[in-house]
Amino acid sequence: MDKDDALFRYVLRLGDNALVLGQRLSELVTQAPELEEELANANFALDYIGQARLFYSYAGELEGGGRSEDDFAFLRDGNKFRNLLLVEQPNGHFGDVTVRQFLFESFYALQLEALTRCSAPRVAEIAVRAVKEIHYHLRHVSQWLVRLGDGTAESHSRVQRSLDDQWRFTGELFAVDEVDEAFEREWNGPRLAELEFRWNDKMDVALQEATLVRPAAQWMDGGGRRGRHTEHFGYLIAEMQFLQRAYPGARW
Amino acid sequence: MYTQGLDQSGAKAEQASAAECSADLARFQSRVDAEEKIEPKDWMPEAYRKTLVRQISQHAHSEIIGMQPEGNWLTRAPTLKRKAILLAKVQDEAGHGLYLYSAGETLGTSREQMVDGLLSGKAKYSSIFNYPTLTWADVGAIGWLVDGAAIMNQIPICRCSYGPYARAMVRICKEESFHQRQGFEIMLELSRGTREQKDMAQDALDRWWWPSVMMFGPSDSESKHSAQSMAWKIKRFSNDELRQKFIDVTAPQAEYLGLRIPDDDLQYDATSGHYRFGKIDWQEFYDVLAGNGPCNRQRLRHRQKAHDDGAWVRAAARAYAEKHDRRSRPSQTRAAAGQGHG
Amino acid sequence: MADDNWPLYEVFIRSRSGLSHRHAGSVHAADDQMALDHARDVYTRRNEGVSIWVVRSSEIVASDPAESAAFFDPADDKIYRHPTFYEIPDGVENL
Repeated sequence: MDKDDALFRYVLRLGDNALVLGQRLSELVTQAPELEEELANANFALDYIGQARLFYSYAGELEGGGRSEDDFAFLRDGNKFRNLLLVEQPNGHFGDVTVRQFLFESFYALQLEALTRCSAPRVAEIAVRAVKEIHYHLRHVSQWLVRLGDGTAESHSRVQRSLDDQWRFTGELFAVDEVDEAFEREWNGPRLAELEFRWNDKMDVALQEATLVRPAAQWMDGGGRRGRHTEHFGYLIAEMQFLQRAYPGARW
Repeated sequence: MYTQGLDQSGAKAEQASAAECSADLARFQSRVDAEEKIEPKDWMPEAYRKTLVRQISQHAHSEIIGMQPEGNWLTRAPTLKRKAILLAKVQDEAGHGLYLYSAGETLGTSREQMVDGLLSGKAKYSSIFNYPTLTWADVGAIGWLVDGAAIMNQIPICRCSYGPYARAMVRICKEESFHQRQGFEIMLELSRGTREQKDMAQDALDRWWWPSVMMFGPSDSESKHSAQSMAWKIKRFSNDELRQKFIDVTAPQAEYLGLRIPDDDLQYDATSGHYRFGKIDWQEFYDVLAGNGPCNRQRLRHRQKAHDDGAWVRAAARAYAEKHDRRSRPSQTRAAAGQGHG
Repeated sequence: MADDNWPLYEVFIRSRSGLSHRHAGSVHAADDQMALDHARDVYTRRNEGVSIWVVRSSEIVASDPAESAAFFDPADDKIYRHPTFYEIPDGVENL
């Protein structure tokens, strides 16, 4: 694939991950375990939606077809979304959310740090802003992982179960495909093998502090970046896209 | 607006007053008359303290419960910009609840006690939030009308006699003005949109108008408790005054939007400079207040569930803190303090 | 049985360099680090802070308003502590 195609496709993936997580975190509003946590969660959701808007706007410019951020968000069917399967998993309880965020954000922080050094200036610029936000998220969820893992017997077993349930989505984070290769080659993009190495280190340290057992090597699910999602995804976009689909062309 | 049900506590409050020495009461009243602020731990009549705890906590509960009807459209917001704005607004409401619980705690009650009051049904919250948000236009109507009414009520409370409550209100008022604007902007966009969007906006106004007008509460002549609150500068304007102001300000806005307020008797009176309006059906208000509104049960159950679901999380955080003697990151704690010196 | 309620912390914010920390309100948190994060989320959403202090409310030591007469009034009649008490004759500069 050519240089520009790789850039467009890579940026779309970043936008899709951010949007889907922003949507999942929005679902949590009014359900936090304490009021102060409501505010933290809303900040995280706002960060993700903000990042999605930046990535989508840029994708629209690159494509040159006049598609807006809202066109990308509300008018594509499921098989056109390129997000990871991990981010579309339903929220579950607070432990499930904490684990999902921790697994993804440990990776995303590394990816963004690498992107600040890529040779696509707009991507680097967005990454510089986003990495600050994600560092703060990661600190927050890492602390919660430790509190829950090393809290009560109940919290420990709940969050161990969350980890065991979601581990099979972590392989996709590092599964190199032609878009990753092309972006790395043409735009000085991140090398996934290197990110994986550092992510594994982070896992070992964090899980040990949280007194959690790292799940064994296992079969990994994938396909999100080819538009092959889990069953949850259909419901997510049906809810999100409803108004734009019911009132085509309307302004809001 | 946040004083519903307070008249029931009137008798007990009078008993407490009898035991308080009249010199103390007189001294207190002269401080209030001189527009001095009463701060936590200052001497205050028991009835003053009780009224404030009740009013502040009901105000806080209103903010928290109010997150639900609006939050209902967060995942279905029609554009990314609208989604972000609505998220920020609902987040602010959580923050407002927090400022108010914080002010309440200065009066010798705890957040736990206040939340228990809400979940047990003893404490009230503004009845407007017991109505459902059925369409996207409802989000606009709430911002425009409900926040509009709340702002009108809140600005005078910025000057109330109790320091922490007044200061919380100043913070809230600063943040609140964008809330009303975003609501009006939604309605404006709809009223300039397709036929279906215009109908959606009109339908929302039809359902939210009267409950918004009722938000200010019945006429003060029906409440003996109002007079005392005025004397203590907890309440600064009467319910009727605020309601009239709200209608006078909002009617022209509805005209601008090209929407019809569902009141056949609404008419501008050039002599008085005010709008005359139709008779309010207070039965609906009392029904909703008594728990018989469309969403009362649902709102409380939702809040109760969040509280219950969070119990294991809160317990885990406490257990961890205890195990690690709360100085879980000692070097960071010292560093944070070091930054602050001087 | 352990108390699972999170303790109350008072929050002080320095809004800009050059200003002192001012009391902004309170938050509940399970530990000190959480208290800092919560204070940041609740009280600095609109760029209102460059530095935050949090203190457990139970550790604040406060003067008693009932004693404020004895505590503060004696300062009232020592007006010679204020520069305006002193009359400087015309013609004398830099005083």
